[in-house]
Amino acid sequence: MKQVLNRVQFSKVFGLSLLLLFQLVSVTIHAQEEAAAEETAAPAGDVAAGKQLFNQNCAACHALNRKMTGPALANVEQRLYEDEGLGKEWLYAWIKNSAGMIASGDAYANKIYNEYNQAAMTAFPTLSNADIDNILAYTAAPPPAPPTAGPDVAGGTPVSGSGSGISNEIVLGALALVFGLLVVMLFLVNNTLRKIAEANGVEIVKADAKKRTPIWKAFVQNQFLVFCSVVVLLLGSAYFAYAWMSQIGVDQGYAPIQPIHYSHKIHAGDNKIECKYCHSSARVSKHSGIPSLNVCMNCHKSIYEYTGNPEGPSAEDLANGYTNEFYTKEIKKLYKAVGWDEENQKYTGESQPVEWVRIHNLPDFAYFNHSQHVSVGKIECQTCHGPVEEMEIMYQYSPLTMGWCINCHRETEVQVADNAYYEKIHTELSKKYGVEKLTAAQMGGLECGKCHY
Amino acid sequence: MASNKKYWKSEAELNPNDSIVETLRQNEFTEQIPVDEFLGDKESLSASSTNRRDFLKYVGFSTAAASLAACEGPVKKSIPYVIQPESIVPGVANYYATSIADGFDFASILVKTREGRPIKIENNDRAKVNGGANARVNASVLSLYDSTRVQGPSFEGSPMSWDDFDNRVKGGLRAASNSGKQIALLTQSYASPSTAKLIEEFSTVYANVNHVAYDAISEDAALSAYEAAYGERALADYDFSKSELIISFAADFLADWQGGGYDTGYASGRVPKNGKMSRHIHLESNMSLTGANADRRVPMKPSQLRMALAKLYGKLNGSTVGGGDSSVDGVVGQLATEIKKAGSKAVVVCGLNDVDAQTVVLAINKLLQSEAFDAEQPKYVRQGNAAKLNKLVADMNAGRVGALIIDGVNPLYSLPNSAEFNEGLEKVGLTVNCAFNNDETAQAVKYVAAGSHYLESWGDLEMKKGHFSLMQPTIRELFDTRQFQSCLLTWMGSDQTYYEFVKENWTNTILNGSSWGKALQDGTFAMSAPSVNEGEAVVLNTASEEEIDDLNSQNEISLATAIRSLANATSEGMELMLYSKVGMGDGKQAGNPWLQEFPDPISRVSWDNYVTVSKADAMEMGLVNENVANGGLDGSYANLTVAGVVLEKVPVIIQPGQAKGTLGLSFGYGKKAGMKEEMQTGVNAFMLYKDFNNVQSASIAKTDGMHEFACVQLHNTLMGRGDIIKETTLEIFNTKDHSEWNHVPQVSLDHQEVPATSVDLWAEFDRSIGHHFNLSIDLNACTGCGACVIACHAENNVPVVGKQEIRRSRDMHWLRIDRYYSSEETFEGDNERKDNLDGLWGENGSLGGFGEMENPSENPQVAFQPVMCQHCNHAPCETVCPVAATAHSRQGQNHMAYNRCVGTRYCANNCPYKVRRFNWFLYSNNDEFDYHMNNDLGKMVVNPDVNVRSRGVMEKCSMCIQMTQKTILDAKREGRPIKDGEFQTACSAACSSGAIVFGDINDKESKVAELKDDDRMYHLLEHVGTKPNVFYHVKVRNTNEA
Repeated sequence: MKQVLNRVQFSKVFGLSLLLLFQLVSVTIHAQEEAAAEETAAPAGDVAAGKQLFNQNCAACHALNRKMTGPALANVEQRLYEDEGLGKEWLYAWIKNSAGMIASGDAYANKIYNEYNQAAMTAFPTLSNADIDNILAYTAAPPPAPPTAGPDVAGGTPVSGSGSGISNEIVLGALALVFGLLVVMLFLVNNTLRKIAEANGVEIVKADAKKRTPIWKAFVQNQFLVFCSVVVLLLGSAYFAYAWMSQIGVDQGYAPIQPIHYSHKIHAGDNKIECKYCHSSARVSKHSGIPSLNVCMNCHKSIYEYTGNPEGPSAEDLANGYTNEFYTKEIKKLYKAVGWDEENQKYTGESQPVEWVRIHNLPDFAYFNHSQHVSVGKIECQTCHGPVEEMEIMYQYSPLTMGWCINCHRETEVQVADNAYYEKIHTELSKKYGVEKLTAAQMGGLECGKCHY
Repeated sequence: MASNKKYWKSEAELNPNDSIVETLRQNEFTEQIPVDEFLGDKESLSASSTNRRDFLKYVGFSTAAASLAACEGPVKKSIPYVIQPESIVPGVANYYATSIADGFDFASILVKTREGRPIKIENNDRAKVNGGANARVNASVLSLYDSTRVQGPSFEGSPMSWDDFDNRVKGGLRAASNSGKQIALLTQSYASPSTAKLIEEFSTVYANVNHVAYDAISEDAALSAYEAAYGERALADYDFSKSELIISFAADFLADWQGGGYDTGYASGRVPKNGKMSRHIHLESNMSLTGANADRRVPMKPSQLRMALAKLYGKLNGSTVGGGDSSVDGVVGQLATEIKKAGSKAVVVCGLNDVDAQTVVLAINKLLQSEAFDAEQPKYVRQGNAAKLNKLVADMNAGRVGALIIDGVNPLYSLPNSAEFNEGLEKVGLTVNCAFNNDETAQAVKYVAAGSHYLESWGDLEMKKGHFSLMQPTIRELFDTRQFQSCLLTWMGSDQTYYEFVKENWTNTILNGSSWGKALQDGTFAMSAPSVNEGEAVVLNTASEEEIDDLNSQNEISLATAIRSLANATSEGMELMLYSKVGMGDGKQAGNPWLQEFPDPISRVSWDNYVTVSKADAMEMGLVNENVANGGLDGSYANLTVAGVVLEKVPVIIQPGQAKGTLGLSFGYGKKAGMKEEMQTGVNAFMLYKDFNNVQSASIAKTDGMHEFACVQLHNTLMGRGDIIKETTLEIFNTKDHSEWNHVPQVSLDHQEVPATSVDLWAEFDRSIGHHFNLSIDLNACTGCGACVIACHAENNVPVVGKQEIRRSRDMHWLRIDRYYSSEETFEGDNERKDNLDGLWGENGSLGGFGEMENPSENPQVAFQPVMCQHCNHAPCETVCPVAATAHSRQGQNHMAYNRCVGTRYCANNCPYKVRRFNWFLYSNNDEFDYHMNNDLGKMVVNPDVNVRSRGVMEKCSMCIQMTQKTILDAKREGRPIKDGEFQTACSAACSSGAIVFGDINDKESKVAELKDDDRMYHLLEHVGTKPNVFYHVKVRNTNEA
């Protein structure tokens, strides 16, 4: 027993020390990075200001190290000077008025314009030369190099993760062991005591053992009791059978594995994207609509990798394998499906529709219209779909049973404000029912034919 | 005391030596029961290691496994678009304006599409010409999803790529062109300016191009007559709304006469306004839809019709027309008086395919200066030329045709001399058919160019001079098909698409600066009227005065000859009049299950055509119609002979109103090739269509056997029950109080007669708040055309059940159009007769009297009554449903929750209107019902907003609750009140005659509220006290003799 306790403590200590080690390492890496950034900030501009400007103005179409809608911009100043012999002045002119440059017949301007599918670059007349200098400074700064440190950290993390967060299972296992040992010990103690008693000549007598009828026999002999308990048993089992059967086809909590691991948590939670940005047809149609892949590409044309939260993935995420690489791989799945050639920033035309697994399955005989609820009823998506912004894996939050629908119709008030449709019917009905606000049920929302046709 | 009495079961038992008795004493049966037959091979049975117990174990296990597995829902996939088209939002319908022009039906329509699939046809209100879709046009959306379509080009039956196909055809065309032989295009009527131009250009590329237009059901005579009179091959147009007296000589203008589309104008004049309505006199041999709607119908043989027409002209002209007999003089005299009284408000039309008759009709209308008659802006919807076709067949047989390209027609089916055509076909070097189905002609030609459906094609139309329509695709070609015009462009070597061609042509010649986009959106474009008239005038003026005089004098001479020949019309034997049914037309859509199941408005028979005979003739020849035990109608078979051609085993229907000595037979049936077996119904009337004359001299002889009809109506008369169809005459309507002619039934309450509407078993439910839907049906405007029936089919996913099930009265139509005959001359006569029945026996005895009243009169009055669920406020069905599956709503609709229904059918039994339909079987995904809902293609027409019902549940008209709910939702979303006219049902939207009006009666300004307050309003079976939300308007007949 002592030994066991030792082991638990040992693993704790081991885990904590690993964690400490990891933190130390990451701190040093950070320090190195910052130092490196400061070192290379020597050129005229301010790298930090440049980074901010870059993200505000340029990042939609440019990245540092890869082609996007426009060319990669790392060391663009140097590259232009070396390859084309163009100086900063050219860049100032180009950034402030690219269309003018193209029109003026500048050779390189036209070349680059044609190279990138004749997509004209937005003019930035508001940027001062200093601003541009800052941006150029940022582009000239050597890129942060997390990839080199990355693998080490990633390799180290699983160990530390499992070591540090003493998981419930281990605690439970230890507890079970302790209790098991207790049982064994008690048994042994009992045995020992008996042996002592025997040795001492104490006789253990079971009081009136033979005179009593065993309780089960008495029970069997009492016919009334048997009858009653059978009735209770039957009623009880009927109750549970009914309860069990009424959940057939109710798939609350259904969370199937999807062909692409799409995280609502990242999109709707971390990035706070409005639900109806992607599920746009919920406003006008009966279907909320799974967004077509071109909607994904509105953002993912430029978001080609997952960089996650700045502190890196949480321990829990890491435990599930949700690393940045994992998410980036899912984005590549999207590219494959939509037929997006990252290298050339072009659609190949070879697309493969994504076969999502449908989570919310209403039976065909129930008609449900999203726009009625979303646009007219102004009901939050979360009312039925739950805390989607916290769902890493989407699941069915509500039971989607008729009782659930009806209940909501009984409780929910109709949004009559500023809706000319309701003016007349609202005044008349509220007078009839003597209420200020009408529920959907009073409006006729419980009638069979409103949903079944 | 013991008795030695012997009991015996059969005589054989008395004989002690009988071996059978002996065997029976030992065994149950005398012979070994042949169990092997159903147990299978005995050897393999004994060799099997599975014994009975094992078998039962397996059954038990698999049943348990299956039911356990059923507890888990299936995994469903949701597949979004990769790139979603901008205009498509899943779940929201898009509408496109387009046109149908299949050679028989021409109309401007709206197409409703869901997720890119066309699912329904609707009327195009913006079109001034043919904006109404008839039953066939409504059904044409299903033909798009016909699983028997030709799915790609082929040569002698083997599939081929379009490139190869085009190269070979081009080679063939060049060879034909070089050889100096004719290149013939045998096509349907297009009425398309762009196609005409295209064919013109085609004939500049290849030499000796000969375009022959061919209508399966010909209007050649009318075209020729118009051509002779006005110098253009077209059809005079008629606007019946402008006429007060319509005289029709067998012109079935409410159906397909000269392309149809006349019902809107006709119906608008038929609703009494300010005490006036038009008067319609119909002379015909068959009982047609139009005849059934007439105020006065005169049965006449076609030969008499000719005589009458000639004599009528004489009377009107003041000249005497000799010849013929005097049998028609009485009627002609009456007609002439009425026409003279009506003057220019009268119009005469004729449906005989006879140049003389058509010439005289044109002359009469010209003489009358009829306002309804429009020869200035004629119609182009029929262009078939019989003479040219006959010449082509002769040329083919003479080997003078090098290439033949066929489009839109099926001559091997629809030509009476199809054998001759077939022989000729073999002598043509290159035969190409732009075929839709693998029909008779497609099987005979070498090259089958898979043709597209009109919903997949571009095109344009000029149905009436100056009135243009556009045709645009509403879906990409489902298969590897190509429309005829695109084929021509390719074979001409042009790299233009037909879309570009049409657009160019419109921009250059038609639009005159107007927007192409607007024209495409509207689907229709009317050339501003002055320019048309000017053009006309210019053309006329360029012809010299002499020429016009010449033309006129020529016309007069031909008119005189025409009248002479008409007046001397004679007849031999029975006169057969060939006609087309509103459900089938020329048979182009014979593979369409909706149309096959559509009951003919007159005979109420579906899935068949038949020869109609008069009752007197039937009695004479021993032809019978009888209802058998299961309610099905049986009819005798007869052989029909026309000039040596015998149609064998034609089923016979005894048709009330059929003129004695005449027969009727409809086109469009009897097609065999390229169709599912279920659809191969009826006999081919085209075999008897000699010289494209719809009147033939025929003989009929009874043959053995009885034909099983699928007739949906068992009872033909009302037996004097005047409260089902209320009828009155214009005179009574104008002069008497409505309580006289629209009597509210009385019931006895506390021994007092009170109106039935004042007695109630139930407390009234408050429907005064919100919407309260009502449907109004005007029996005066309803022509019985049946467009609503098919529209309802399409909107509500009504299943097709097939001939056998229809025969068992298991039809599923949510909306039926009842047709009633009077058993006396008029319905009023029926009522009187019933009221005068007295006692059981004798002349007025009810025993014999009611029996007689079951039989329709020789020339009955006819009434149509669309009946759907009446949506009773006090619905009898609701009170008997044990599971509350059907319930009323505040909005006036009677709801039916299918998933709640357990199929007791109590509701149907308790429904006084018999409008509830029971799903006896699963009609979708069931091989036994191999119609459109049994294949993925046909299922594309299903409306996603409406449930497809399963076996064992009741269904009925929902008053298109999915449409009313959508209208409400749209208004809510846009935050606006609903305007009158926004609420529609499928039937009210499809009704081009304005007979069915739907709306909210709580909106006091609405049309339906106004109609409900009308004096003519009544409810069906009012005395039952169901308080329906559907109401009818008393039918008023204009029986005022002049």
